[in-house]
Amino acid sequence: MPSGTFVPDPAQRARLLAALYIAQEQEGYLSPQSLQRVAERLGVPPADVYSTASFYTLFRTRPVGRYLLQVCTGLSCYLADGAERLVDYLRRKLGIECGETTPDGMFTLETVQCLASCGTAPAMRVNDELYENLTTEKVDLLIDQLLERAERWAALSRS
Amino acid sequence: MGSFEPILTRNVGIPNSERIVVYLERGGYTALRKALQMTPSELIALVKESGLRGRGGAGFPAGVKWNFMPKEPVTKYVCVNTDEGEPGTFKDRLLVEHDPHSIIEGVIIAAYAVGAHRAFVYIRGEFLLGIKRWIKAIAEAYDHGFLGKNILGSGFDLDLSVHRGAGAYICGEETALINSLEGKRGEPRIKPPYPAQMGFWGQPTLVHNVETLANVPHIVNHGAQWYRSIGTEQSPGPKLFCVSGHVRRPGNYELPLGTPLRTILEEYAGGMRGPRPLKAIIPGGASTPMLMPDQVDLPMDFESLAGAGSMLGTGAIIVMEEGTCMVEVARRLMNFFAHESCGQCTPCRTVTQRLEEILTRLVRGQGQPGDIERLEALCEGVRGLTLCPMGDAVVNPIVSSLRHFRPEYEAHLTRKECI
Ligand SMILES: Cc1cc2nc3c(=O)[nH]c(=O)nc-3n(C[C@H](O)[C@H](O)[C@H](O)COP(=O)(O)O)c2cc1C
Ligand code: SF4
Ligand code: FES
Repeated sequence: MPSGTFVPDPAQRARLLAALYIAQEQEGYLSPQSLQRVAERLGVPPADVYSTASFYTLFRTRPVGRYLLQVCTGLSCYLADGAERLVDYLRRKLGIECGETTPDGMFTLETVQCLASCGTAPAMRVNDELYENLTTEKVDLLIDQLLERAERWAALSRS
Repeated sequence: MGSFEPILTRNVGIPNSERIVVYLERGGYTALRKALQMTPSELIALVKESGLRGRGGAGFPAGVKWNFMPKEPVTKYVCVNTDEGEPGTFKDRLLVEHDPHSIIEGVIIAAYAVGAHRAFVYIRGEFLLGIKRWIKAIAEAYDHGFLGKNILGSGFDLDLSVHRGAGAYICGEETALINSLEGKRGEPRIKPPYPAQMGFWGQPTLVHNVETLANVPHIVNHGAQWYRSIGTEQSPGPKLFCVSGHVRRPGNYELPLGTPLRTILEEYAGGMRGPRPLKAIIPGGASTPMLMPDQVDLPMDFESLAGAGSMLGTGAIIVMEEGTCMVEVARRLMNFFAHESCGQCTPCRTVTQRLEEILTRLVRGQGQPGDIERLEALCEGVRGLTLCPMGDAVVNPIVSSLRHFRPEYEAHLTRKECI
């Protein structure tokens, strides 16, 4: 390959998804600046980096709440009478629609399809953790725990 | 309950089954020692003779695929497909979380047989526990000399690493998986060339499903004849059946291929969850045509289901009771496929979107005259026109549901309600 071409090194290119994960971890989403930085580090054209990132739903180009709630609305979770009930319950409880974030920046609500928990439906992911066999009672408990956890972090960072 | 002794899931439920010490205590990695004493061609012949067929959906004979890999000492790769994400399917996650070493042992044997020195695990981005288990298990395997240079003194080298996907169902398709591994958009490539000819970085690549690889150590340990004694002539071996929906005990059940659907549903999954009778079954994952209650005596194997106009697919059985709205079921599936279509082929992209639109308005009682015919025409309009098998597959459940439950669609259209 003559020098000065824009053909990226395949080995560097293969690191793109991993690099995007690392970048996303820093700010919670991929800002234009961090996409640019990834492009520079790997020597991959910025347009390619952006196009690739936008293909994958786990890469976010907008900030989300501290806790991202992803309720499965796949067929098996629906059949378990769970999906709709949970989504409605969370919408009312948090006062937001799907795709929105609570004003305090604590929760973002999303629906997804199939978390490979169809045998233990209904299921939901909170950030990277999976919760199965959910009921509205369990959701209440979970939300309380998450709020408590956030509270403790806040106290810790104040001291 | 029947008396089938689990093979693939024999370690599931044992405390710390994911750890190498437990795996070794239970006879793990003996197949690897045995395999490394054999020649690669002997191994390929053994797997061919066993009749093992791919568990990722298509049921392609594994030994034949191994044999497609060129024999020359060119750079070759092996990929482990852990991208499981089709609604109803949750078997690979179980194996990865509870018995990663059985898969690693299968990978090493497969890599040795086809002459690959580099292997990759591609895992769905959502499977955090699975990712952790893979990484830990691979590190343990290196520590014990099962991976790395000169494995068990055989002179064979193999490196294995984990690569995290990022939320795209289509990356389970093998050529999309390879693009994703290369750091690109996970769009399927035109086949041929097949990955065995030209895969990762243009080199021959063997892609296997997790469950397929988990079979390999057992075949090496006990032989092809033993393996063929399980299951049917054309579909030998054990299979994980994932049962979900309206049954009393949803879950994973490992049984021989060819086990009657009725046995799985009644003896294992505990029958229907309530008083309502069975209405329909999706037998092999979200993209397989539905079966009706009078078909529950079908043996669950590749041929029997194909013969009945459906597919074994991944063995993910979704059970629906009387009272389930089939238009809503169709809408939900189409919502999934419309979202997951990679968009490369216009028919797949537009047909899934249009189907979803029409189904949504039918569900909401806002159907328009001619909608049912529109659904049928759209389903016809995608067949054979797409780059990957997904385009053909997405319409399967809709076509079968329209055939069997047309009055429900009509009721939604004319009376704006469920039957
Ligand atoms: C749309 C689509 C999605 C797929 N998803 C998966 C998957 O999640 N896991 C898998 O093992 N195979 C999946 N496959 C099948 C793979 O393309 C490939 O056939 C398989 O990994 C080969 O392994 P096997 O021979 O062991 O079955 C998918 C195929 C298509 C068309
Ligand atoms: S058929 Fe659909 S999923 Fe497959 S390549 Fe074409 S657009 Fe993508
Ligand atoms: S459909 Fe919800 S986890 Fe599979």
